[in-house]
Amino acid sequence: MSRATAFDMTRRAFGAGLCLCCLPSLARAENFSLEEVAPSVFIRRGVDAEADAANLDGIANIGFIVGEKSVLVTDSGGSLADGRLLRRMIRDKTDRPISHVVLSHGHPDHFFGAGAFLDEKPVFIGHSRLPEALTMRGEFYRKRLVGLLGESDVGPVVMPTKLVKEQTEIDLGGRRIVLTAHQPAHTTSDLSMLDTSSGLLLPADLLFVGRIPPLDGSLSGWIGQLEAVRKQNYGPTVPGHGPARVDFGPASAALLRYLTTLRDGVRAEIDSGGSIEHAMRHVGQSERANWKLFDDYNQRNVAEAFSELEWQ
Amino acid sequence: MTRRLATVLLGLCAAGFLAAPAFAQSPDNSPDSPAARESRWQDLEKTVFHGKTAAPSNGVVTLDAPNRAEDAALVPMTVTIKPADKVKALWLIIDDNPMPVAAHIVFGPAADPREMKFRVRVNDFTNVHAVAQLQDGSLVEDAKFVKASGGCSAPMGQSEGEALKGIGEMRLKFARPVQPGVPVEAKLMLRHPNFNGMQMNQLTRLYTPARYIDKVTVRDGDTKVFDMDSGISLAANPVLSFGLVPRSSGSLTVEVSDSSNTLWRRDFDILRMTD
Repeated sequence: MSRATAFDMTRRAFGAGLCLCCLPSLARAENFSLEEVAPSVFIRRGVDAEADAANLDGIANIGFIVGEKSVLVTDSGGSLADGRLLRRMIRDKTDRPISHVVLSHGHPDHFFGAGAFLDEKPVFIGHSRLPEALTMRGEFYRKRLVGLLGESDVGPVVMPTKLVKEQTEIDLGGRRIVLTAHQPAHTTSDLSMLDTSSGLLLPADLLFVGRIPPLDGSLSGWIGQLEAVRKQNYGPTVPGHGPARVDFGPASAALLRYLTTLRDGVRAEIDSGGSIEHAMRHVGQSERANWKLFDDYNQRNVAEAFSELEWQ
Repeated sequence: MTRRLATVLLGLCAAGFLAAPAFAQSPDNSPDSPAARESRWQDLEKTVFHGKTAAPSNGVVTLDAPNRAEDAALVPMTVTIKPADKVKALWLIIDDNPMPVAAHIVFGPAADPREMKFRVRVNDFTNVHAVAQLQDGSLVEDAKFVKASGGCSAPMGQSEGEALKGIGEMRLKFARPVQPGVPVEAKLMLRHPNFNGMQMNQLTRLYTPARYIDKVTVRDGDTKVFDMDSGISLAANPVLSFGLVPRSSGSLTVEVSDSSNTLWRRDFDILRMTD
């Protein structure tokens, strides 16, 4: 079944008042295939595209970790519909309770799936600054997404019920997950996770692979955080966008290269008295071939970087 | 690093929303048609210039703005004026913004008005006009159509308190060392959230009250460089580039006031500045 067809059927099923859980075969739409990236860690790779009605904003890598007692959702998905697909997939694999849903940061492609898990009554975990970010922008994102997907597929903005200020540990039964809250980097509310039993790192959107990273926190901060994490010599990693599993070393080196190109290019413009317009046209262009959606985000990244760095 | 507020967002992020929908040709009776835009401009013109109209500029004033703004809350625009001594005053008008006059500048004897750069918010697809008033009082204009949207209503990514940190801080940078009598480009940076009253706190459902820079004056000693009246169309943390013919005073005084009647003033010792 082609992806589009599967989704059309899914959407018709919604329209007919059927819930997705009644339609396990449809939920196994091809683009919702899971990859077991480490023992009992399952990831759905997001598509490298902008959110639209066909992809249901399923553009981020989301998934779950199964412990002996319970399940942790690593990120919930880009819409209620996306979150429901994930929940269905979890229930295909295990009956253990979903004890935790991580909201890795305040971007809609990661948190709008949370609504699909409300009746499981999990703990929703987020960075201590996530409530602020969701308060300021959540409803704005919701309206924009409703414009793309329609009201019924979007769902509510779910607030975290447990906040991480520095670091916290969760036990899923024989499986400890360490969550770390980061200083402003990709956004002001980035959480990363480490599955201690497999050594798998889940840095969410602190790591983009192949898709251009949008800058919405602090360029200097992001570079600093990446450099610090790189010193830990992590191996297998689930990036927020890109392949479901990569090796942290080379993947983070590529991201760091883009971010430092951005930083150095913008600094050079500022130091030579160059304008933001000139910087937006020229900085980062050497990276153009390396990233999907480059033209959609690079200029904005340059403007963000410029307005951050010119005050330093 | 001081947290900038340029996090003022615009529907972007990994979220994957592009700011502007594809621009479609509009029927003549639609508010988006060129005719409707022109008619709105004529109304605006009457109001702003008290019944006078601006003639096509013929190269005296030129507006440079992006066709499609990547960041609607931070859209750079440049106005060039040639020959500079013909011009007394300048307006930058974003026709379809809620407060269209982004800036009105009156140049003084210490100005070099050949180029001014602004960073503005653009709330919708709109025409933007740069209008110059010549020494004889007549008006000339240049216009550009800019595709961008949501620059005014996009919520900030941070709390009001965070956004107000460092309010009133000023920086002044020169392209090269300042010498009396030699025209030089200056960049004035102002830290101010420029709350436009359209940004909603999504939890309380209350709008952050408007608080924006409404006046900037720049003097070289006692000599005016320019006075600017501005409004909510300037981006957060506004940055202005302007030309200056430095006098021998060595002191550039910048005064900034905002809509809550707070005044900030700073004297820059410009002959000794290295930045």
